[in-house]
Amino acid sequence: MTAARRTTVAASLVLVLSMVASTVLLRRIDQKRIHPNTDANEDMLFFDSPKMVKRASLGFDSLMACIYWTRTVQYFGTRHHNQATSYNQLAPLLEITTALDPQLVPAYQFGASFLAPAPPNGAGEPERAVRLMQYGIEHNPDNWQLYYNLGFVYYTELHDYRKASEAFARGAEVPNAHPFMKVMAAQMAEHAGEYSTARMLWTATYETNREKDIRDNALEHLRSIKVDEDVSNLQDAVTRFQERTGRLPANMQELAAAEHLPAVPVDPDGNPYVMSPEGRVLVENPESFLFITQGLPPGYKPSGRLRFHSK
Amino acid sequence: MSNRIGYIASNTFREAVRDRVLYNLIAFALLLSGVAIFVGQISIDIERLVVVNLGLTAVSLFGVVIAIFIGIGLVSKEIEKRTLYTVLSRPVRRWEFIVGKFLGLAGTLVVNTFFMAIGVFGALLYVARTFSAADAGILVALYFIVLEFLIICALALLFSSFSSPLLSAVFAFSLFVIGSYADDLRGFAALTHGFARWIATGAAYLVPNFSALNVIGAVAHQRPVGGQLILENTLYALFYTAMALSGAVLIFERRNLK
Repeated sequence: MTAARRTTVAASLVLVLSMVASTVLLRRIDQKRIHPNTDANEDMLFFDSPKMVKRASLGFDSLMACIYWTRTVQYFGTRHHNQATSYNQLAPLLEITTALDPQLVPAYQFGASFLAPAPPNGAGEPERAVRLMQYGIEHNPDNWQLYYNLGFVYYTELHDYRKASEAFARGAEVPNAHPFMKVMAAQMAEHAGEYSTARMLWTATYETNREKDIRDNALEHLRSIKVDEDVSNLQDAVTRFQERTGRLPANMQELAAAEHLPAVPVDPDGNPYVMSPEGRVLVENPESFLFITQGLPPGYKPSGRLRFHSK
Repeated sequence: MSNRIGYIASNTFREAVRDRVLYNLIAFALLLSGVAIFVGQISIDIERLVVVNLGLTAVSLFGVVIAIFIGIGLVSKEIEKRTLYTVLSRPVRRWEFIVGKFLGLAGTLVVNTFFMAIGVFGALLYVARTFSAADAGILVALYFIVLEFLIICALALLFSSFSSPLLSAVFAFSLFVIGSYADDLRGFAALTHGFARWIATGAAYLVPNFSALNVIGAVAHQRPVGGQLILENTLYALFYTAMALSGAVLIFERRNLK
């Protein structure tokens, strides 16, 4: 072996060994270091002024908006995964993102669905979600989906059916708006609190979105609406049975027979609904339905862990 | 005359290639492929936007850095190596030397931008699976970026004709930053009064206006760029480049090279 060759081999070996050694050492050092409060770090925003970030972007606002939007998604995703109860930086991050690029439509659509729902599903800031959507509509008046999202927040989180109806009606006037916007406006005005309206909204969300997480969320809501409606109907049937016979039905089979149902009704998972000794209709596995408000056992507390049922 | 300028330009181009300037394409390709592959996993619904925004921003910034760092050495390096005296001892006029150097560097940047453009469209095809008619706007943005390079090359040459490489780099880069805020400068000028307003407005119009040449955000959102803007930006860039080059020629013609 020549001297040059020996040097090459030796240098290559030292290079590889040093790389491995430094990586191993760094991992050991990381384990020994006292980690600062990561939750507090996650909740820190060094530059919270949209104007300042815009100035610093050197004219590349649009790219900076994409970076801030990615940061927003990561912030929300991480805190949501950790079941955080506060999302203090979510609204500022969205405001910076949309100030940098007011045409970044996904930031409004998904941002509102991050901001509006109550924790742990969202930041519980529906008013800021409304402001975000209004800012988005101001800068993208021809995008009917933003009116849809605004109406959606009014309907699901603020329960302001009049404003929801107005938002859908305004969106229906946008050229090329989906025909369901008109139906939604009318439905909202007349049948706001009914399950059919909620089902229509979530079905529209499912059908008009390509993003998997949003579609899974819509599907989950549709499953929960089905359960809520079933339990509500069955509870009415229990009341009718009691009024007719003066007693509670002994079980679901007796109730089904009295209502001339072919079998005991089942939830979307295929499990039959059950009845408590007090005559309350319950779901067998409440953990499987993330958004139900009916059929929950007394004192039931959800684990809070979201597990979506994908189609 | 044109032959002499052509020789100087082609030599400048060859020298840039020999200096491995085009190696930046490797970094660009790695950056863009990494983004195209990973952005879908770390963000939501902005794959196309990121590829166009990041691709065009990288084309712009890589090019600006090349234009400045090669442009500032075009004259000083020739003086330092004493090759300038060999060139000027032949029937080559000083202005021909400056124009040839400018065209050589501009050619290098056009070739660099051409390959980067292929990368941008390749990454776009990867994330969007197809092209749409609106994607033609990316070509307009690339054209504006090339216009931006012409201005920066000319400015780098201008500074290089009378200053040291370090100071030339500082001046050129400062002008790039100031030019990116040209619209804001005019806004500030409008807030002043009297003589100060004249000075501020004059300064705002003297610095290159790079914000007018930046349509990256618009084409990323597939918004059309008007033909009028293309024409006016072209004329503006050509006039500004001619202005800076004339300044470089004027200074270089009077420079004592002994």
